[in-house]
Amino acid sequence: MKLDELLENVSVIGAAGKMGSGIAVLLAQEVAKLKIKNPDKIYKVNLIDVNKQGVEGLRKYIKSQTIKIAEKYIVSLRHTYESREDIVENWEVIDAFVDETLGILNFGTDFELAKNSKIVFEAVIENEELKVKILKELKIICPEDTLFFTNTSSIPIRFLDKEAGLQGKIIGYHFYNPPVVQKLLELISSDETDKEFKDIANELGKRLGKKLFLSNDIAGFIGNGHFIRDGLYAISEVNRLKEGHSFSGAIYIINRITQDFLIRPMGIFQLIDYVGIDVFQCILKVMSKHLRDETLHSKLIDKLIEKNIRGGQRADGSQKDGFLKYERNRPVGVYDVEKSEYVTIESFKDKLDSQIGNLPDGFNPWRKLVKASNKADMLSTYFGNLRNGDGFGIELAKSYLARSKEIGERLVKDGVATSSDDVNAVLINGFFWLYGPINDYI
Amino acid sequence: MGFLRKKNYATAGYNTMSMGHGRKEFKPKEKRPGLEHYIEKAGQGTLAQIKNPEAIDEGVITNFMMGRYNRQGNRPGFFPMIHPSFRYKPATGTEGACDSGGLGLVVAVKTILADVADVVMVVGVEVQTTVKAVYGADYLAGAGWYHDRKHGHAHFFPGQFSDRAGVCFEKFGKDKIRDGMAWWYARAIENARRNPKAQEYHNTIKDLYAAAMTPPNPKVFCDNINVYHCSKVSDGGTALIFASEEGLKKLGVDKKDAAELVSWGQSEDDITNPQPDLTRMMASTKAASLAYERAGLSKKDIGVLEVHDCFAIAGLLMMEATGFAGYGEGADFVTAGKTKKDGEIPTNATGGLIGYGHPVGATGVRQAVDVVHQLTGKAYDCQVSIDSNRPYGMMVSMGGNDITVVSMIFKKPE
Repeated sequence: MKLDELLENVSVIGAAGKMGSGIAVLLAQEVAKLKIKNPDKIYKVNLIDVNKQGVEGLRKYIKSQTIKIAEKYIVSLRHTYESREDIVENWEVIDAFVDETLGILNFGTDFELAKNSKIVFEAVIENEELKVKILKELKIICPEDTLFFTNTSSIPIRFLDKEAGLQGKIIGYHFYNPPVVQKLLELISSDETDKEFKDIANELGKRLGKKLFLSNDIAGFIGNGHFIRDGLYAISEVNRLKEGHSFSGAIYIINRITQDFLIRPMGIFQLIDYVGIDVFQCILKVMSKHLRDETLHSKLIDKLIEKNIRGGQRADGSQKDGFLKYERNRPVGVYDVEKSEYVTIESFKDKLDSQIGNLPDGFNPWRKLVKASNKADMLSTYFGNLRNGDGFGIELAKSYLARSKEIGERLVKDGVATSSDDVNAVLINGFFWLYGPINDYI
Repeated sequence: MGFLRKKNYATAGYNTMSMGHGRKEFKPKEKRPGLEHYIEKAGQGTLAQIKNPEAIDEGVITNFMMGRYNRQGNRPGFFPMIHPSFRYKPATGTEGACDSGGLGLVVAVKTILADVADVVMVVGVEVQTTVKAVYGADYLAGAGWYHDRKHGHAHFFPGQFSDRAGVCFEKFGKDKIRDGMAWWYARAIENARRNPKAQEYHNTIKDLYAAAMTPPNPKVFCDNINVYHCSKVSDGGTALIFASEEGLKKLGVDKKDAAELVSWGQSEDDITNPQPDLTRMMASTKAASLAYERAGLSKKDIGVLEVHDCFAIAGLLMMEATGFAGYGEGADFVTAGKTKKDGEIPTNATGGLIGYGHPVGATGVRQAVDVVHQLTGKAYDCQVSIDSNRPYGMMVSMGGNDITVVSMIFKKPE
C-alpha cells in the first residue's frame, strides 16, 4: 500500500508527551499537505494520551509549532495554495495551512480512536512493560495490517515485536528531543521486519524532514549506546575524584571538563539533567536487561531517584533541577547527595577552576565554533594542543576523549552501528557535537 | 537663475539610528518604540541645529505603510508633536512606496517655489519591526500592483529583483553580475562600519565578498539573490529643512551650513504595466537625466552620489541609470572599486539601504540628508573629499520596482 493511503488515518499514542507532541506536529503537517492536494479525501490524525490536561495543551502547542513551520517554509507553502484564488497574502496562506492542520486532528484519551489507523506511532515513556501492554491493546483495536512505529531510544524491536505479537509489523523510530527541531532519526528494524515496511519507514522519515540513520537492533542503539556509557564513565570519574574534591566538587569538575575541554554543547551532567535522570535510569534498566555481559548500572542514579532528584523539563521548556541546580536554565548549584541539598557553584568555582588549570591554547567555546566556517582546522589545532599539554584538567579530558572513542569503536565492533561514520554522524546530528567520538584527536 | 525660479536650500538634516536586526541594541522580543519616537527624535535632531523653530512654516510627513505596520493613517497629524509652535500649522503626508521620502522633498520644494512658505520641514519615518519579515513582505508588496501579488514570490520584492538579477545573468553573464552584487554588499558594509547610526555598524563578517557569494537558496528564499543582497527591515526616522534665502535668515542658519538645491527630476511609470526590459531602470534613468538636464550638469560635475539600493542588483542598475556606468557595465564599475569612498564616484558613503538600513518611507529623505551632510562637511567618518571641480551631490530615490522616482542635485556652499 502506498504511504499516501496509509497516512489517511494515523494515530499517535502518548501524544501529549515531550516526544509524542513533537511527532504529532510533524505528522499533522505532513497529512495536512496531503489534504491540500486531495481536498475531497478525509484525513484523520488521532492524538491520544491518557493525560487529559496534556491533551488540552497539545492543541495550542501544535498550533504554535505549525505557525512557526508555515512561516519558515512560506516559499513552498505558497505554491501549495497556488490554485486558491481567495488566498493571496502570506498571512492568508499561513492561516489556511494552520486551519487545515488543526482540522484533521482528533484529540482524545481513548485508544479506540485508533481503530481505523493504518499507521500508529507509540511514544509513551521508555518502559518496556508499558510499551508491550499498549501495543498488545492496540493490536486488538487496530486493523490487522496496521504498521506500528515505536519511539524508543533503547528497547530492542525484536523484543517488543515478540511480546506484543506484532509479527514484524513494528519498526523503531528514535526521534531526538525536540522532534520538531532535531534532524536526526535513528531507524531500527528487526529480523522480522519486511522490506516493504522498511521502505515505507524510510520514505516517511524523509517526508517528515529527517536525516535517517540505520541502527541495528541492539539495546541502546547508537545514540544511547554512546550516551549511557559516556554518562556511566562520568559517574565513575566522580566516584574516583570525590575523595579529594567532595562529591559536588567532582560533579562540577567532570561537567566542566566535558563541556569546555571537550567543546561539547553542554557538560555531561547537564545533559543527563536535560534528558532526565529518570529517563537515564529507565534506559539503563533496559540496556542492563538486554545486554547481560556488561555491567550497566549506577547506584548514584538510583539514589538520586529515591531522593526525587529527577531533572527533565517543565511544560514551558525550562530545566528542572537534577545533578545541577538551574536559574534561567543556567547551572548555579550542584547537588550534594550526602546532605541532600544544593551547594552554590560560586562557593567553590575559583578554587576548583585553578586546580583544573587553563584550557589549552586555541580554545573556543562550542557556541562560537559551531558558527565557524573552518571548525575542522580549529578543532584539530585545539586538540593537538590538548594532546601535548598537561595538568589536572587536561589529563582528565584526555582520558575522557579516549573513553568516548573506545565506546564509539565498540558500537561498531558489536554491530550496533555499521560504520564509524554512522556513530560519528549520530553524535554530531543528534547531540550537536562538533566532532564524532571516533577521531584522531587522541 | 537656473531651473528654479528662486534659490532653495536644504539644511539641518538629522538621521536617527536605523534599528533592527544587526544592531546590538535590537531586542526583537521586547517592546519597542513606535512612530512617535522616531518622528520626535529626528525632528528634535533637526531643531537643535537651527536658532528659530517658529520660523518653520509647514511640515511634510513621509511614510510608506504605517497603515499596516502600525495600524495608523493620517500621516500629517504627527507633524505638530515635534514642536509646540507647529500646532495648527499646515502639514502634508506623502506616500509613494520606497520613494515616499523623495516625494516629500519635492512637495517641500514646490511649496517654497509657490511662495506660500519660506521654510518647510520634511520628516520621514517607518517602523517595520512590528511584524516578522514574512508578514512584512505582504505589506511591502503594496509597492507593486496588487494584481501581481497572488502569483508573486512569498518575499514579493526580493522576488521581483531576483527576476531582474536572473535576466541580467543571462544577458551579461552570471559570474560578472554575482561578482558585482557581492562587491556592492562589501562596499555597503565597509561604509556602514564608519557610520555609528547604521544598522550594519556592528557587522563583524571578515570576508564580506565571500559571504555575499553564498549561493541563493530558492527553497526558502529567492532564485538568484541571497539575503546579503537585500536591504534591511528597519525602524528609523529622518528630518531635513528646505528654505528660501529669506527662510534661512529667519531660521538663523548660515549659508555655509546649507546646500543649495540646483534641480530635481521626477518620473512615474505605470504600475499596472509589466516592465518592458528588466535589465534597465527606465524611470530612474529618466529622473536622473532630467535632473542633469535641468541643472545643465553631467556626471562629471557630481562629487558624491546616493542611490537607492534596496537590492544589490538595484545598486548596479542605478550606476547605469545615473550614467556613471554604461549599459550592462554596472557590475564592472562596482567590482573595479569605482564606487568606494575614495573611488571615482563615492556612492552611498554612509552604507546605503543595505548598510545603513531601509526605514522605507524615510529613505528618500535620509539620502538627501546624507548628500547635504557631505556637501556641508558634516559627514564625520563617512566624509568624502569633495573636489572643487565637481562640487555637486546627487541622489536618486526609487519606489516600487522602478515606478516612482525622484532625483535631486545639490551644490556645496561657496
